Amino acid sequence: MSDISAALAEALRLIGGMDAQLAQIVLLSVRVSLVAVTIAALVALPLGACLAIARFPGRQALVAILNALMGLPPVVVGLLIYLLLSRAGPLGEFGLLFTPTAMILAQAVLVTPIIAALSRQVIEDAWIEYEEQLRSLNAGTVAAARTLLWDARFALMTVVLAGFGRAAAEVGAVMIVGGNIDGVTRVMTTTIALETSKGDLPLALGLGMVLVAIIIGVNLLANVVKLTAQKRHG
Amino acid sequence: MMLPLNLKALCFVVANRPIIRDMSCEITAGPKTVILGPNGAGKSVLMRLCHGLLHPTSGSVAWHGRGRQAMVFQRPVMLRRSAIGNVIYGLRLAGVSRKEAESRAAHVLEAVGLTAIAQRAARVLSGGEQQRLALARAWALEPGVLFLDEPTANLDPNATRDVESIISAIHASGTKIIMTTHSLGQARRLGDEILFLSDGRLVERAPVDTFFRRPKSSEAVAFLQGELP
Repeated sequence: MSDISAALAEALRLIGGMDAQLAQIVLLSVRVSLVAVTIAALVALPLGACLAIARFPGRQALVAILNALMGLPPVVVGLLIYLLLSRAGPLGEFGLLFTPTAMILAQAVLVTPIIAALSRQVIEDAWIEYEEQLRSLNAGTVAAARTLLWDARFALMTVVLAGFGRAAAEVGAVMIVGGNIDGVTRVMTTTIALETSKGDLPLALGLGMVLVAIIIGVNLLANVVKLTAQKRHG
Repeated sequence: MMLPLNLKALCFVVANRPIIRDMSCEITAGPKTVILGPNGAGKSVLMRLCHGLLHPTSGSVAWHGRGRQAMVFQRPVMLRRSAIGNVIYGLRLAGVSRKEAESRAAHVLEAVGLTAIAQRAARVLSGGEQQRLALARAWALEPGVLFLDEPTANLDPNATRDVESIISAIHASGTKIIMTTHSLGQARRLGDEILFLSDGRLVERAPVDTFFRRPKSSEAVAFLQGELP
């Protein structure tokens, strides 16, 4: 018990003192996940919108596959990206393995189906309300998709944040493609895993608290923004 | 001019249930056409078939040439942007330049009396304001034909009066009006001719006075007798 409370005290001291090592790890984590989610959103939101609106043969199958991909195991994604980026792999010449770029790539691949599948659902619900009006105004599929992406922006913000939470909390993929190299590719989750196994609980615990605080904080902020915006825009 | 509109042996079937049965008629330019009939007669479906939102199971909907048409629905669908932004949106989709769209939108908002709330978020407006905005959005397109599906079904008497006078103004500006309503008073006030539907068939067609004074079909007699005071 005293071990835990001592570790907790030390963890709080690290956070309070803005420990340099801790800060570096936190910043890298946030940067990697933010860039990954941005890339994923740029691909996934239009994809989700088109899947919600367009009617073509095989659409149901595609939706089912996309939903299934939401459960993609991070370690498998990590392994695939590893194979792509490894020296012998098709993208080996770029030398990206064990860099933050590789981690961004892995998280983006992991999160894209999540954002696409969830936004497809959000936009399909909106489409039920808007379809007749937009078709009456002669909106084509692309115009309708753009309109709904903008009109559902508050709900989609939550979707993108769900993606951010998933990216920031994931260990397996970044561990494999990043290599958990001290000072280079060490992020919160991989450090927590490593330090815990080494028995250095204060750093692990401190990072754990920061990670949870970031995810809760971002979601609370998003909720506040969403509620105020909905009150103003209906 | 896109009229007359010719319906030839029009049929629409959903899940083996015929909604519109073998309907043929010609709708001409000019009079305000009001489609009446009991619930489930096929009024809304008929308008959607004419507007192109639904496709006939058999038969045809033939316009005489091309032209713009618009539709206002029972429950207005407002986009999450300002009132004037909703009008501009429709114009931009119709290929109108931004500058032209802004000036036409401002003009039409004035015509429906919404200038004061042009910048307000459209989805938080009252039901009456939203329906006037929907009319403005349709009117701005300067359509040859405007379809209205029970445009005042959810509105109080004041808002209803506003909407009716806007419909008359749109008609006066040269747009053909084709609408449905459940209010016989509204049919009398607004309509020039009545198309009476029952069970998916066009049972009777007459000028509004004739229809209300001397309905010919037994279905129309029964329908008019069911009117509440």
